[in-house]
Amino acid sequence: MQMLILSAIAILIGGIIEITPMVMIESNIPKIASVKPYTPLELHGRDLYIREGCVGCHSQMVRPFRSETERYGEYSKSGEYIYDRPFLWGSKRTGPDLHREGGKYPDSWHYNHMVDPQSMSPGSIMPPYPWMLRDEMDLGTLPRKIKVLRSLGTPYPAGFEDRAVADLKEQAAGIAARLRADGIEDEKLEKRDIIALIAYLQRLGTDIKPKAATN
Amino acid sequence: MAQVETFYYDNAIVRKFTYATMLWSVVGMLVGLIAAFQLIMPDLNLGIPYTTFGRIRPLHTNAAIFAFVGNGIFMGVYYSLQRLLKTRMFSNTLSNIHFWGWQLIIVLAAVTLPLGITSSKEYAELEWPIDIAIALVWVVFGINMFGTIIKRRENHMYVAIWFYIATWITVTVLHIGNNIEIPVSATKSYGIFAGVQDALVQWWYGHNAVAFFLTTPYLGLMYYFLPKAANRPVYSYRLSIIHFWALIFIYIWAGPHHLLYTSLPDWAQSLGSVFSIMLIAPSWGGMLNGLLTLRGAWDRVRQDPVLKFMVVAITAYGMATFEGPMLSIKSVNAISHFTDWTIGHVHIGTLGWNGFLTFGILYWLIPRLFNTNLYSLKLANAHFWIGTLGIAFYAIPLYWAGWAQSLMWKEFTPDGFLKYGNFLETVTQIMPMYYIRALGGTLFFAGTLVMIYNLIKTIKQGAFIGDEAAEAPAQVATADVHKENIGTAGLSAVRCKC
Ligand code: HEM
Ligand code: HEM
Repeated sequence: MQMLILSAIAILIGGIIEITPMVMIESNIPKIASVKPYTPLELHGRDLYIREGCVGCHSQMVRPFRSETERYGEYSKSGEYIYDRPFLWGSKRTGPDLHREGGKYPDSWHYNHMVDPQSMSPGSIMPPYPWMLRDEMDLGTLPRKIKVLRSLGTPYPAGFEDRAVADLKEQAAGIAARLRADGIEDEKLEKRDIIALIAYLQRLGTDIKPKAATN
Repeated sequence: MAQVETFYYDNAIVRKFTYATMLWSVVGMLVGLIAAFQLIMPDLNLGIPYTTFGRIRPLHTNAAIFAFVGNGIFMGVYYSLQRLLKTRMFSNTLSNIHFWGWQLIIVLAAVTLPLGITSSKEYAELEWPIDIAIALVWVVFGINMFGTIIKRRENHMYVAIWFYIATWITVTVLHIGNNIEIPVSATKSYGIFAGVQDALVQWWYGHNAVAFFLTTPYLGLMYYFLPKAANRPVYSYRLSIIHFWALIFIYIWAGPHHLLYTSLPDWAQSLGSVFSIMLIAPSWGGMLNGLLTLRGAWDRVRQDPVLKFMVVAITAYGMATFEGPMLSIKSVNAISHFTDWTIGHVHIGTLGWNGFLTFGILYWLIPRLFNTNLYSLKLANAHFWIGTLGIAFYAIPLYWAGWAQSLMWKEFTPDGFLKYGNFLETVTQIMPMYYIRALGGTLFFAGTLVMIYNLIKTIKQGAFIGDEAAEAPAQVATADVHKENIGTAGLSAVRCKC
């Protein structure tokens, strides 16, 4: 048993010394005033991004190199991620980084890209996601998600869980209208999962002023 | 002199874990192979959500790590622990709960991951109900292991057992630490850490999943099965003890090397980087101790496929643990991070070290469990060559792809513009490498199938004995066949009165 205790001590030291200050000392992660929690629609989109495992191919971490800021935009700041549960930085860029994806393309680009990536990006090896255009959003757990996130420290106002679905629908209607203006036809457009995903992608990295970037 | 007791080793539980290892090796690698082909044929999910690359990839990593390597660990631990301690496992019931519980978890993982039920944190994707099940089964394993240690007949605790103990306690701490989440529903939860803190905790876990699931238990297995297969004592018992303590102490600090040049504060990046570079010493201590154990037995290595597999495994371990510290240098990581270089590094470790060591152990263990000889040495040798070629065809193109892609990402024209402004150019450029990798994976997988056939034939021709009789005096230290000399062994026996 002595062996168990000695090994436990040996392995606890490193972890404690690295993790405790990161969690306890606020100055480690400087706050950025303009960084706001995700809207209900973006949150739903983010959870779809998680479900589909997009993080297996796309990073969300622009490193502070000129080659990356030229390609993607401003490098990523720790304060931008404070509402990310979980973090989605990724470890492999089979596709491009997405942390500054917001505002780069029109909504309809993403709509078309998700149903047939090769149509927008010839030669891409990303698989198509037609079910995103078919499935209707399942919002059963949305109020509870808001509550759980608030209990963890995300500053949603009190009672927001009751307004969350309405808030989501309002934002979805806006995106659906833009898609329709670009000629996309679907009666139930505002109810589809794709709307939430687009909302999330368009939000990514826009909390701090985006810089123009190439692809 | 204490009375000599007769007792029985539980081979039935070892056989169960052996079969599970064989089964999941095929499944885990097949899923990896599908992933490899999906990267060259994006439509290979056949339009089905459950089989898209994003869901298949975590299925592959979980199946390979926790199903294949996991069962391999338990197979080796349950076999070696009983023999090193001269006693039967503490409890048959706990052994069986452990076995079936673990298989149930694997099946749940195989169902939920394709359904998209995931926390998305690498190697910790499973959602909270399964996390709880893992914790419970892991505790059962712990009780069973420590119970066995307590009722042992052999006073001395051989170094392999130290590695098992360190593995157990560390995985417990990591698993709990990285999975503190608040449930939203049965299939969804949010973790208590966010952003940078979440990243640090995740890679504290993630790196040590590599360290304490793919490495320390396998070092323990190496320290048992290699001397057995070579019929030689471990080269230096003292070295094994030193590198044990250094390894487990330093490993824990290394997590941030997965987050170099990210938004993680610099002091943490530097700590991770420095400790990772130091890791080369204890890692190579283990590798050298393994290889030097074979001194004087190299003529046998040429003939015995078991030893061949083990030698390549230990060499691959040496390569991965040389490369790992290199990748932890910030300027090198600036090139390698996010590219296929990482994937190459990963599979030198997993295919070479974990895969080949498991294969070596299976070829050694199954004939012994079934009291027979290996069905075909020829097939085992063929497997060795196909597998080695498979690793080469897997890793080399990925190094090429990693460098090529990284250089293209960073190349500027003389006017100061990105030369390959369109990311896609850097993807299409490396497609040929992905084809070769798929070929390498196919070879490796084919070799595994050859092994399975050979092992099944061996099992068929043998006669299994579930309870193997053994004799030992009660509770008195006996000479241990693995000891280099009584001096150091005596020393460590005094130090460790567990
Ligand atoms: C026939 C054998 C195998 C094939 C064809 C294969 C294929 C693959 C592929 C295609 C990927 C995804 C790479 C990417 O995203 O670009 C991958 C990732 C991975 N594989 Fe395998 N694999 C095999 C065996 C194994 C084994 C035996 C293990 C573990 C014991 C393993 C562990 C992993 C891990 C940990 C990753 C994730 C790497 C990362 O996130 O950086 N693989 N594999
Ligand atoms: C001294 C030992 C080692 C060190 C210091 C080390 C270091 C590293 C580094 C720096 C990375 C790249 C992180 C990144 O840029 O994203 C990495 C990735 C990885 N290594 Fe090692 N490595 C070591 C040994 C091993 C061994 C023996 C194995 C397998 C048995 C292994 C498996 C992995 C895996 C699975 C990843 C991918 C993690 C991911 O991104 O998902 N490593 N390692």
